[in-house]
Amino acid sequence: MPKQIPVPTEFAKPFWDAANQKKLVVQRCTACNTLHYPPKQKCDKCASTTPLEWKEVKGQGHILEYFVIRDSRIRRLQADQPLNLAVITLDEDPGLNFLSNLPGTPVGEVPVGSPVEVLFEPVEGSDQLIPEWQVIKQPASSRRTRKA
Amino acid sequence: MGVWKHRGKVAVAGWGQSPIDRRWDGKSLDKTMGAYAMLASQRAIEDAGLTLDDIDGVITSPETRVGDTWAPRPFFAPPYDSEDGITQVSSEWLIKQMGLKKVTYIDSNAPHIGRMMGKAAQTIADGLCKVVLVIYPMGNIEGRYEQGGTNQNAGDYARGNSAFTATWGYQSGAQMNALICHQQYCRKYGKHHDMLGPFVINQRRNGLLTPWGFYSQQEPYQITMEDYLNSRFVSEPLRVLDCDRPVIACAAFLFTTAERAKTMKQPPVYVLNHTQENNRPRSTMYTLEEAQEWTRSLGKMIWEGSGLGPKDIDVFNPYDGYSTFTQLFLEGFQWHGVKEGEALDFYQGDLRVEGPHPYCSGGGNLGTGRTRAALFSDSIEQLRGAAGKRQIQIRCETALAGCNNPGGSGWILFSKHPS
Repeated sequence: MPKQIPVPTEFAKPFWDAANQKKLVVQRCTACNTLHYPPKQKCDKCASTTPLEWKEVKGQGHILEYFVIRDSRIRRLQADQPLNLAVITLDEDPGLNFLSNLPGTPVGEVPVGSPVEVLFEPVEGSDQLIPEWQVIKQPASSRRTRKA
Repeated sequence: MGVWKHRGKVAVAGWGQSPIDRRWDGKSLDKTMGAYAMLASQRAIEDAGLTLDDIDGVITSPETRVGDTWAPRPFFAPPYDSEDGITQVSSEWLIKQMGLKKVTYIDSNAPHIGRMMGKAAQTIADGLCKVVLVIYPMGNIEGRYEQGGTNQNAGDYARGNSAFTATWGYQSGAQMNALICHQQYCRKYGKHHDMLGPFVINQRRNGLLTPWGFYSQQEPYQITMEDYLNSRFVSEPLRVLDCDRPVIACAAFLFTTAERAKTMKQPPVYVLNHTQENNRPRSTMYTLEEAQEWTRSLGKMIWEGSGLGPKDIDVFNPYDGYSTFTQLFLEGFQWHGVKEGEALDFYQGDLRVEGPHPYCSGGGNLGTGRTRAALFSDSIEQLRGAAGKRQIQIRCETALAGCNNPGGSGWILFSKHPS
């Protein structure tokens, strides 16, 4: 799927560099220990001016919710419509969430609440890898499939 | 915080609405956003019984939601030789074209209308000017929305913060984040998306009762539940009829002191409070829990600052740019006693303006087109007793209106009486 190619800002570059090494990182405030994603210039929880540090996380999460994109304004995606757009919560801190197109999950058949794990996929037309999430296989009897 | 110290000391004295079209045709210079802003302003000034020289403040917002720039298409002869007047209308442009000579307070960078109405009230309250003209032009030009010109959607790259969202297809908080939140809502409370249908249909009905509205002007027929269910999915389960339609139009409002408003042509519509929120989600997408916390907080702020409570609100016009988030405001303000998780059941009841629960009596964006102004103009007309076929049949002494989506909305509480 030809997604838009992320263009890293200077302060967020470590995230994208880590993705190219197939590592998922988020920021951690060294003053209050709060995790942050997407990257921020400073901690908005404690307003500390201490620089945020990068912390690798395990890359495991759960599907919070989803819908199906059928008429995107983003031109690069239009040829591949429809597609899932899911919100993934991070197990290490469910207050953090990531977006995913859930590769391998049929459109509209998203098992909300299921565990997922990160993988890294190339973006067509660039060398950049991006984090994606795939459903961890489970016994069929324990899945909850929910139509959009 | 306490009661707003200027409660009842500011009033709306005039309102004007331009014609409304689906798009600017790219050539009719009497139908540009700038031309419509001038027309709406003239009508607001006439509505108040004032002259151009009575205006000493002008406030507008660059958030006209045109979606794209007119460039790289060629511009026109002055005053249409830049984006100003075509895809935006600055206060400076309006002042020059209308010949407003007494203006001393100028703001062209106000936020969207929800927050701008409160800002206008506060501007008068703080004595920064005596009669402020607030214009809110909204636009739509040729081509598919937000896919033309230099729009990032048309390109290959997701730049800046959008690298963390657009890469996976996210493009609009109002559409997509609100939809995620709505999906969570339905799951949590055991509801279904289709339960929004009666609300959407009633919005169209109220819009058709609004003489200036897009649908009453251009597509004057009622939609049915069958139409709703058969309308195409944009972001399933969000249908195209859950989305407002971009239009080109402008609304104008005049705020002044309560004392001065009493000498003007229309009965004053007093401002009892205004509030704005600027909530940021913890992470990429805000969740239902965050949105509910924000809307609860809005309720607390508006009640504390006005000294009123949910039972005191007669007219209620929450934003409906997408049908999916309006229920959060309904529950946050607990209008007519609707509590969290109850809104979609409430939508299955009688929402008509003739009935006991005249919800969104102005028809909002879904009923009149994406002006965002019907929320406010209906509130004013209702309190004046001038809403015509939309006039609600229950008590009509207060009105609460606000825009836009949870996390970034602004609200204003109007009253027929100053206290």
